[in-house]
This record gives sequence, C-alpha cells and structure tokens, in this order.
Amino acid sequence: MSEIGERVKKIVVEHLGVEPEKVVDSASFIDDLGADSLDTVELVMAFEEEFGCEIPDDAAETILTVGDATKFLEKNAKS
Amino acid sequence: MRRVVVTGLGMLTPLGCGVDATWARILAGDSGGKKIDTFEVSDLPSQVACYIPRGDGSNGTFNPDQWMEPKDQRKVDDFIVYAMCAAKQALDDADWHPKSDEDQFATGTMIGSGIGGLTGIAETAVLLKERGPRRVSPFFIPGRLINLASGYVSIEHGLKGPNHAVVTACSTGAHAVGDAARLIGLGDAEVMVAGGAESPISRIGIAGFCAARALSTGFNDTPEKASRPYDKDRDGFVMGEGAGVLVLEEYEHAKRRGAKIYAEVTGYGLSGDAFHITSPPPDGNGGFRSMSMALKRAGLAASDLDYINAHGTSTQVGDEIELGAVERLLGNAASKVSMSSTKSATGHLLGAAGAIEAIFAILAIRDNVVPPTINLDNPSVQTAIDLVPHTSRKRDVNVALSNSFGFGGTNASVIVQRVTN
Repeated sequence: MSEIGERVKKIVVEHLGVEPEKVVDSASFIDDLGADSLDTVELVMAFEEEFGCEIPDDAAETILTVGDATKFLEKNAKS
Repeated sequence: MRRVVVTGLGMLTPLGCGVDATWARILAGDSGGKKIDTFEVSDLPSQVACYIPRGDGSNGTFNPDQWMEPKDQRKVDDFIVYAMCAAKQALDDADWHPKSDEDQFATGTMIGSGIGGLTGIAETAVLLKERGPRRVSPFFIPGRLINLASGYVSIEHGLKGPNHAVVTACSTGAHAVGDAARLIGLGDAEVMVAGGAESPISRIGIAGFCAARALSTGFNDTPEKASRPYDKDRDGFVMGEGAGVLVLEEYEHAKRRGAKIYAEVTGYGLSGDAFHITSPPPDGNGGFRSMSMALKRAGLAASDLDYINAHGTSTQVGDEIELGAVERLLGNAASKVSMSSTKSATGHLLGAAGAIEAIFAILAIRDNVVPPTINLDNPSVQTAIDLVPHTSRKRDVNVALSNSFGFGGTNASVIVQRVTN
C-alpha cells in the first residue's frame, strides 16, 4: 500500500473504530465499514486536514471506498 | 393516576461510578472536592470542583470505554457519555431489557441536562473563528443537544416509548423524575428511564458561574472543605459532574415481572418564583409551594416526612431561604425530621443533581439511614431540624422528599416512600 494509502487507512480506523484488516481498497465506508452519512462527512474533513487539500462536495460524493479516497488523495494531496 | 415505583438505579458521581460505590462514600462522609487540574485556573476566582474519578473501571472508577464506544465518545460531549453509563446501570439493575415491540414501545426515556454540551460549543466556536465553517464537525450539533442524552440511550437500548428531555437548570433531574412518573401514571408509558446528566467543569463553565457569583472562592487550597451547606463560612457552590438515572415503572407491571421495588414515587410538586433569574425570593415561597404540592399529591402531612434531601447548594443566600421554607412547612414537626445536603459531598451536579439526590433519598429509605451534611462545623442559624452534621446516622426513613431549585425561579420537589403492600 502506498504511503498515502497507509495514512488514509489510519484515519479510517480511528474515525470508524474498525479493525485495520477490514480497511482494504475495495471496502465501502457505508456498506462494509459501518459508517453513516455523517461519518462520511467527517471522514472527508479528516482527509482534508491530514492532506492539506480541499475536497469539494461533488468530489466527496464520488469517494465511496477506501480505494476511492486513496486514489483521489494521491492526485490531490498537498502534504 | 396509576402507581409508579422505582425498580432500577444508576449513577456516576464525583464519589464513584455506581450506586454502591457512591453511597458507601456518601455514608462515610467523604468529599469529592478537588483542585481543578484539567485547564488553566490561575485567573479564575474559583479553582475547585468535584470531578468524577476516572480510571480503569475498578474500585468505583469511571472508564468511559466500558459504557460507550470510543468512536462514539469522540462525537459527543461528556454529559452524554455519563448518561449512557448511568442508564445502563439502571436498566441492568432493573433487569429490564425490552426486546418485543410491545415492551419497547412501552419504555420511554427522559434524561435532561441543565446546560448540555457547553465544552463542545465553546471549542467549536473557537474553531469556527480560527479556521472557518468547513472545519465544523457534522457531529457538532447532535453531540451537544441536551435531548441527545435521551436519544443515545434510547438507541442503545431500543427504547421506543416517549423520548423526552427536561431543561430546567438545577431542577432538571427532579423534574425528569416527576414528569416521567406522570407519563407512567397517565398511561403514556409502562417504564421510563429518567434522570439528568451534566458535564460543566470547563473553563467557560467555571468562568460563567464565577461571573454570576455563584461559586465558592475561599477554599481553593482546601477543596474538600469548599462545599459546606448551612455552615457560617459557606461562600458558594462547588461545581460537580456526573449523571443519575432511575428506572420508573408502573406498579402492577413491576409486580407482574417480579421486579425488585426500591420505593414508590408518590408526590411531585413544581412551582415558579417569578422573582429573579438567579435568586429565590427571601420568603422562599416558591420552594414552600412546591413542597406543599408534593405532599398534597402524596396525600401526606408534613409530619409524615422522615428525611429531606435539601437543595442546599452552599450559597450564602439560598441555603437559609430553603431552610426557612422547610421550617414553615414542618411547623411543630421540625424536630422529628432529618434534612441533609449531599451536595456537601458531591458538589452541585446542576441538571443531574435532582436525579442523584432522588436516588440518595431512596437509598435512605432502603437502608434506614440518613446521609450527612459534611463540613457543617458551625451552622449559620439555629434550627430544630436535624441537619445531620458530619456523620451519617441510622434512623427510620419511610418517607423522603428531595428538593431541587433552579435558575429562572424553577422549583421541584419529589416524594418517595417505602412500598408496604
């Protein structure tokens, strides 16, 4: 997993209180990791904070899995 | 109205996590007073508070992870975590875990708070100013709202009856018990999980109550002496934190399932002072009327009372006004009644106070013992009423009344009685 992928995983584990093994690229935040719609808003905020970038709402709507987040951040991360 | 009994108790107080842990220390005359060490106090006049003892969960300490998932704790202010702790204890104690639709629909929640998520509001206001609205958490609002204590508890335990929350400052806990009993009495629920929770020990909380001149300021180096109701050296209340929750149940419902019955809620009175936002009227007529109404509802005379758990916050003005109202209520019966302020030990838990004190009144009945008013070295006035100074005492207690009075001139009195048939 990429360095960004590892950081994404750490945030997801912390915020959703899930086992690290479950946080794989294909895992859906809502369907597989028990997040609700408010959790996903907070996750996106945590990614913004960690990676120093802004994730606009229309982009946030396309981030449904751990892999989606990693892919987006590999392109857009500033820190 | 239908009869309402108490079948479960739960509490988290500065004296411990759990009813037994707290009660043992109350009876031993311990104080929960500590020097504030969780934020800067050098510029605050009051530097003492009654913290709940945090730890690994053993020996009466509070380990939040035992009561709420860490990922959920992050989303809410502490008063909600405290409510979850006390509610779980109370439901386990009552052995009431509704699973069927019928039982879930018949079980409601009424846990209030005086202020709710004060700390989270203060922190988020700073965040908003410094970093802008995009940094405000989606859990900011649902984690601060007062009724989310009831909300979280109802979700955790599947309680689908009335879902309500009281907000009457320091009367909150007593109003919650009284109002929840009413809902059962009138048939809106068979079981209610009722009480209060508060987490006010924060820089903004202490600063605010200091500004209102409500807190003790003269005992910063002897925090265990700071809460001293009725004593001539008292100089304000000591902030406390925690939660108290009772399971109230319709009498026949409790009997049918063979529940343990602690006491019956027979009286409830409530009144308004319409006088001043923070001070009671000098004649204490609001408190007098709330106590009188509770007695009338219970069908009792003042002389039937054995024990009064006073509001008694250790403020200069309030203690003597309440005492005067109680003397007027009791008349010639004053000398046979014991009245103590357990706030001398726990500090003032604001919206949770009425709930934990209703529980203390119930335990006084259960154990035939009256808890002490600690630090009462020199009473500021002479009274025929036994104020139970320093040490608890065995005596018959069959009928107990608990008073709670709040900012805004709101008064509540709850009467609990031993169930004899």
